[in-house]
Amino acid sequence: MNSTDAKTEVDAGRLSGMVTDWSADKQAFDMHWGKLMMWVFLLGDTFIFSLFLVGYMSVRMSAAEPWPPTSEIFAMELFGIHFPLLLIAIMTFILITSSGTMALAVNYGYRKDRKKTFLLILATALLGTSFVGLQAFEWTKLIVDEGIRPWGNPFGAEQFGAVFFMVTGFHGMHVTGGVIYLFIVANKVRRGGYDRDGYESVEIAGLYWHFVDLVWVFIFAFFYLW
Amino acid sequence: MNEATEQQHPIGIFLKVWLLLFVLSIFSYMVDYFQLQGYWRWSLILIFMVLKAALIMSVFMHFMWERFALQFILLTPLFAIAIFVVMMAWESDYIHWTRLAFLSFDSGG
Repeated sequence: MNSTDAKTEVDAGRLSGMVTDWSADKQAFDMHWGKLMMWVFLLGDTFIFSLFLVGYMSVRMSAAEPWPPTSEIFAMELFGIHFPLLLIAIMTFILITSSGTMALAVNYGYRKDRKKTFLLILATALLGTSFVGLQAFEWTKLIVDEGIRPWGNPFGAEQFGAVFFMVTGFHGMHVTGGVIYLFIVANKVRRGGYDRDGYESVEIAGLYWHFVDLVWVFIFAFFYLW
Repeated sequence: MNEATEQQHPIGIFLKVWLLLFVLSIFSYMVDYFQLQGYWRWSLILIFMVLKAALIMSVFMHFMWERFALQFILLTPLFAIAIFVVMMAWESDYIHWTRLAFLSFDSGG
């Protein structure tokens, strides 16, 4: 009984906190403007990726031919053992590792530990680069060896290629852009620019990078695993 | 502005979430590795996906520490996406039916 009462109180507190934020005679969102704008951008980006995935759902549900077996198309032989989806699993782990290093970079940034922040952002950017590299390898393998095209493929429903190149291509562009963004931020950290301007910019870059990882979670689940 | 003090979260929680994300990723890969099919496959994929997404967003993106005003403004628009998914699922189901009914795929052309 007591715990539910406490919970209701907390909920009421949060809601009334929002009312206070909106009705106070000052800006409604009390945070760095760039961070708020990054959140707004990411909300827009969420809609873009959602539309891609909804489009994918539509063509897959309505396709009369069988959907190509992703598990087998992305399988690899390693030391003579057959692993389904191995390359994609490695890419997933690379992206999660990079998300972890970025989270630590943001944390060390707020502790004003310039060297650690720089090295962690650099590690994030390099992991991102290797992700893009593996994706280029994956695309080459699919186009050259498997003969998958946006208009058709030997495995089944021809919509597969269009969805694959559009969704992973758009995500890959986000990763590439993120890597460039991270290199710029890392360089400014190294030069000590944020000791003057504040380390919010590192957190903002982190928001973008985590979002790219977040999108991959959905692509991995719906496109590769489903 | 209490921003500077607000953002000092202990490193431990990030390391724990990082580890958890690894474990969840291994689990979702195992779904494919052991070739689970049907409802087991779909429900496990969705569970691991939602858990991973929630962890990344709430902890790595600091969402759980944001004020409710921001959380509210970011989460409510997602209902529009949910409604769109349902509508497109109905539509696609119908298109699938018309294709099977009128394009006669089984006759071999």
